[in-house]
Amino acid sequence: MSATIETIEAMERPPVTMTSRLDGELLEVSMGPQHPSTHGVFRMNVALEGEIVRKLKPVFGYLHRNHEQIGEDTTYLGSMPYTDRLDYFCSMTNNWAYALSVEKLASIEVPERAEYLRVILAELTRLQNHASLLGFLLSDMGAWGTPLMYAFREREKILDLFESLSGSRMMCDYMRFGGCRVDASDEWLSRAKQIVDRFPKFLDEFEELILQNEIVIARTQNVGKLSPELAVSAGITGPMLRACGVNYDIRKVDGYGIYPRFKFRIPLGEHGDTYDRLMMRALEMRESVEILKQALAQIQPGPIVNPKVKVRAFRPPVGEAYGRIEGPKGELGFYLISDGGPNPYRYRVRPPSFINLTVLEDMCLGHVVADVMVILGSVDIVMGEVDR
Amino acid sequence: METLEQIKNRCELAARGAKVEIVANPGPSQQSSLLIDNEHAVPVARFLRDHPALSFDFCSNVTGVDWLDRVAKKTAKVKQVVDGVEKEVDQTTEEKIPGYLEAVYHLYSIKLKHGPLIIRLRTENRADGTRLPSLTPVWRSAELQEREIFDLYGIVFDGHPDLRRILMWDEFKDHPMRKDYVQPDDFEWEPTPHDEVLERAKQHYTSRPQLDGAEKITAPQS
Amino acid sequence: MSEQIDENLRSELQRQGVWVTSMQELYNWGRKNSIWPLQFGLACCAIEMIATAASRYDIARFGGEIFRPSPRQADLMIVAGTVTKKMAPQIVRLYNQMPDPKYVISMGACAISGGPFKQGYNVLKGIDRYIPVDVYIPGCPPRPEALLHAFMELQRKIDNQKLSGSEKAEFLKPEQPSEFPVPAFGDHDLNPPANPKVYHPPKLERQS
Repeated sequence: MSATIETIEAMERPPVTMTSRLDGELLEVSMGPQHPSTHGVFRMNVALEGEIVRKLKPVFGYLHRNHEQIGEDTTYLGSMPYTDRLDYFCSMTNNWAYALSVEKLASIEVPERAEYLRVILAELTRLQNHASLLGFLLSDMGAWGTPLMYAFREREKILDLFESLSGSRMMCDYMRFGGCRVDASDEWLSRAKQIVDRFPKFLDEFEELILQNEIVIARTQNVGKLSPELAVSAGITGPMLRACGVNYDIRKVDGYGIYPRFKFRIPLGEHGDTYDRLMMRALEMRESVEILKQALAQIQPGPIVNPKVKVRAFRPPVGEAYGRIEGPKGELGFYLISDGGPNPYRYRVRPPSFINLTVLEDMCLGHVVADVMVILGSVDIVMGEVDR
Repeated sequence: METLEQIKNRCELAARGAKVEIVANPGPSQQSSLLIDNEHAVPVARFLRDHPALSFDFCSNVTGVDWLDRVAKKTAKVKQVVDGVEKEVDQTTEEKIPGYLEAVYHLYSIKLKHGPLIIRLRTENRADGTRLPSLTPVWRSAELQEREIFDLYGIVFDGHPDLRRILMWDEFKDHPMRKDYVQPDDFEWEPTPHDEVLERAKQHYTSRPQLDGAEKITAPQS
Repeated sequence: MSEQIDENLRSELQRQGVWVTSMQELYNWGRKNSIWPLQFGLACCAIEMIATAASRYDIARFGGEIFRPSPRQADLMIVAGTVTKKMAPQIVRLYNQMPDPKYVISMGACAISGGPFKQGYNVLKGIDRYIPVDVYIPGCPPRPEALLHAFMELQRKIDNQKLSGSEKAEFLKPEQPSEFPVPAFGDHDLNPPANPKVYHPPKLERQS
């Protein structure tokens, strides 16, 4: 049985003389900040002609918690818990990006076991982030929470791992400059291995339910197309960029940490529409499982923190550094300027979700209002990161 | 990627009259930057984006920085006559550097997979409404980030398609991320204040002069 | 729960198959077991709220399963996450749009008092500056079990509300306001910075 979208025939539409003004005046609607599908407090001022979007201006700032100003008033290590709260789904990767920038700033080396642990936790974070995103997007499309329950079921398993390792489900505050805070026991590693071994079965089931669903296909194919030239010029990164066909993954380009040791592929999309972005996340989850299997097999016992790094009175030398990682949402970077004191002089976060929203208007023009929510869902924004 | 000197020479050749300087980064991260003068910023940026050997087509990060008036101390060895003997003595000179605002752009190349190249644009002073050319026509990713710098630092970007406040509400005055911004006195009772919170708290409590050490915190104002 | 009915009498009657209750008990029982929260998450605590509504820490067992998108249909507003000054007028408007009886749970350190972001120029130091809050949940973020505990506390509070007499519930008194004035955006801060009828910070003397 194939799905067809029935269109109203011309004679069934209401006659033009009956209703008020159909001469092309635009109706301005403010979607948000409280809206069931805006992924947080995000507001879009849309100008509609009927149901078609003619203009879209996003309004930010409803969660602006001046993270950068707090970063200037706090020590380097004191800012680490604040980085958890940036992209609150992926606290481990936020921590890693910040630790990487400070390690570049002060040229600190990281021992090998710590690097392996970082990779394992980052890929686990990527798994639960992509699964949650697919769940949220389907709830926006009207699936009323059931795929979200499946996604959160897997997420809870991974959060249990995070909790037993770092003490907190979401705000882990786990990375330190020069390594990690707590060592993972062999029992933890074997539990992680169990979860990773069972994940592909969940992915098969999830993909069959979601990505081969005819409603999802009808609602997401050819919706929200993004051309690769516009994506590169607008600074789009992450799965959204790769869905347009541009092969740029910071794990391969920069080769930070020990990613060059692992064999994994980069999925690329062809059309740049919403369906490709969904497929990107599903395929990336499979590649993450591959990386996790290799990392869990190769990890060796050893120290997890560089003993030469001072924890108290940590003062990096004068200078500046920009460090970036491939977070689940895109390129997460931290730009730090140090003046030799205990606090950074300038602490800047390069937020992937914020910059990915540059092209929201371009993608939504000409589509109906219902598509706007689907497109917004596929951009994968988290307001903690957009507004900082 | 070519070295900074080579890129600097290319830029100066490409845009006539462009003054490009290298700002060395003293730290170990080896990320020095190029300072471009404001008049020729857009042609140099276009050259950096379009030239096939450079192709910096991806502007990753645009940051605003607020530098207050600084004093730079330089020590140099100077020959001086001390007790009748000519010796080399360290002489420290102090140089006053007036403050300015800066916009720092981190550029990468997706086509050639190299980077980062860091370019800086400086304003003349820290007055309100200082202007810088906008690089949004060159890289679209600067659009929202330059709006944020306008909102939080007060730099007006000429040539930006839509410059208005982005994170703060529209009626907000001043630019909060500047180093000399004073927050409104939004007092709330704290159980254990210290440092500057203590200073602000003292203004909201009435004093009990009959106790010793009358500046210690006492009963709150009703 | 009911001073009017003698417990021994009630259990004796129940053994005979007769069930006795009072209007207040029945009314409160219906209300407390079908609280409809407003689907309103601001920041990180919202994710823990969603996790509470997910299958592991099921909030549906307590009746709070139906998260309504519209404030006109909701009884409970769980303010989950940091309240910024830009968002505060919208929250007060949403509160005003909710019909009585309505409750507010302030979830997380940020909604109680600004939390870790207290030193911010855009952070409102607690939502109880403008709207009355019934239950506060500390934590950053509070665990889903903590939210369930708060939910149960709220249920206990509803159960103890009286329908008549001098101590009757707030929403039944005609002179109690059900809507609060919406703050306006000022130059650097909201105008007014707090609502004096709602915001009662503790007045304690500090020694030393």
